[in-house]
Amino acid sequence: MDIRLDAISHAYGGTEVLRDISLEVPTGRIVCLVGPSGCGKSTLLRFIGGLERPSAGRVLQLGSPPEGCLNPLTYVFQDFALLPWRTVRGNVSLVLEDHGIRGARADAIIADVLARTRLTDFGRALPKQLSGGMKQRVAIARALAVNPAVMLMDEPLSALDAQTRELLMDDLVGLWARQPFTAVYVTHNLAEAVRLGHRIAVLSRRPGRIREVVEIDKPLAERGYADPELEAARQHLWTLMREEARAADEELIDV
Amino acid sequence: MSEATAPGQAPVEVRFRGGGFAPKANRWAGAVVFALAIAFVEWGTRAGWISALTLPRPSDVLGVFVELWQSGLLFKHLAPSLSRLVVGAAIGASFGVTLGILIGLFSHVRAALVPVVAAIFPIPKIALLPLFVIWFGIDEGSKYALIAFGTFTPTVVATYGAVDNVDRSLIRMGQSFGLSWRSIVLKIVLPGAMPGILSGLRISLAIAIILLVAAEMLGAEYGIGAYILEAGALYDLERLFAGVVILSLLGVVVSSAIGQIEKRLLGWRS
Ligand SMILES: Nc1ncnc2c1ncn2[C@@H]1O[C@H](COP(=O)(O)OP(=O)(O)OP(=O)(O)O)[C@@H](O)[C@H]1O
Ligand SMILES: [Mg+2]
Repeated sequence: MDIRLDAISHAYGGTEVLRDISLEVPTGRIVCLVGPSGCGKSTLLRFIGGLERPSAGRVLQLGSPPEGCLNPLTYVFQDFALLPWRTVRGNVSLVLEDHGIRGARADAIIADVLARTRLTDFGRALPKQLSGGMKQRVAIARALAVNPAVMLMDEPLSALDAQTRELLMDDLVGLWARQPFTAVYVTHNLAEAVRLGHRIAVLSRRPGRIREVVEIDKPLAERGYADPELEAARQHLWTLMREEARAADEELIDV
Repeated sequence: MSEATAPGQAPVEVRFRGGGFAPKANRWAGAVVFALAIAFVEWGTRAGWISALTLPRPSDVLGVFVELWQSGLLFKHLAPSLSRLVVGAAIGASFGVTLGILIGLFSHVRAALVPVVAAIFPIPKIALLPLFVIWFGIDEGSKYALIAFGTFTPTVVATYGAVDNVDRSLIRMGQSFGLSWRSIVLKIVLPGAMPGILSGLRISLAIAIILLVAAEMLGAEYGIGAYILEAGALYDLERLFAGVVILSLLGVVVSSAIGQIEKRLLGWRS
């Protein structure tokens, strides 16, 4: 299932946030959204997930979600959004219960996603017992459990420290390599974007427009830590963003 | 800051200032305070510098207590009081929690009912007892109603405050996974509001015990409240105190019961 953004514009009250955004998210690819703070990346992601409606333009699904897909558009949140009163297993089973999946079937799915996120031994732990990186892996396991057509990730790693971020990026690459998933991945971090993105859309400062879409063809599995090709792409992205970021930083917020 | 260590100055250990503000369980401290206070009064009344008209002697109060126990009167008084307390508080708290959740969830209900709750909260419920007697009869009905009404308002206020405090991002998460409205309320809003609801319940149940005495002012032959009021009317301080001690014990029992519930339900809090 592909996603197509068709000329999306949006304003909150008098503030124009997004202007004429058109973008394709092809199946099995990770599309990164980068842009200065406040340019409307999270807003765009909420439109894609159907949590809000744009003032103009449409979000289109092309094709139908794959067989066995419980929640086609599934979020991974920056702050993990785990229920603190449920164990790791309970947090995953939460999203299955509403689809009537219980008992052995649920156990099988939970065991599978926990294994894929290397959490098998922590099924009975409560969120307060886990480190930040593990919490985010639980959130990713929960998202995988509903077998999403598209994962919507809003800065999933930015609450984590640099080392954990590296580890989790490796995890995401590993997950994708074993079973390619489709994702829209919002980030501030250009290193994350060039590491995970097949396609990187650079937004301008508010009102966000698409400045450029950068394609990186190198397969995810071959992208190393200090890859010169990726470094060049990162440099290019940064030159695109620098002016915007500086201007955005000096803007008064009048909302 | 020019030199690493000034000459002739010994290094000083950094003063620790991070303690406190972390309640720890200490089950004996409470008991020791009680025991000391009672021993003090006993001493004072025996030595004579507390007159028998000011405070009864604790050992005499204990004597009344033993007598109550042996004659079986204790349970004759306790049973109706407990049933009034349980029924009244259960009605009040369950209506309160339900309404509090509705106020927390629906803005229309909130707009309509928050002013009403604010208006009835400060009414001294005792003043309404005659009204309740007319509405619900002089028997148990009016007593249930008074206690229920008294527990209802603080429960409502605590509950909708607790619902307001549930992390919105968790609710968003539930919606983004397509959970039904019912699931979001039962699995996210209710557990999230539970800490606030339980601490509200502590206050409501204490109020219920206070109102028990008031409820037994009219038309009660037996009951702790009736017993206290009768002893008060006769200035029988020993019996008065015996009754008061029973109410205090009831308060301690209720409070520790809620503590146990919190321990079980809220173990997830760090
Ligand atoms: N619900 C809302 N009501 C009014 N204004 C909003 C709302 N949500 C976002 N905005 C405004 O829209 C603009 C874009 O917000 P958004 O959160 O999408 O930016 P972002 O690109 O995700 O920023 P960041 O990188 O800081 O996360 C901001 O100026 C913000 O103040
Ligand atoms: Mg954002």
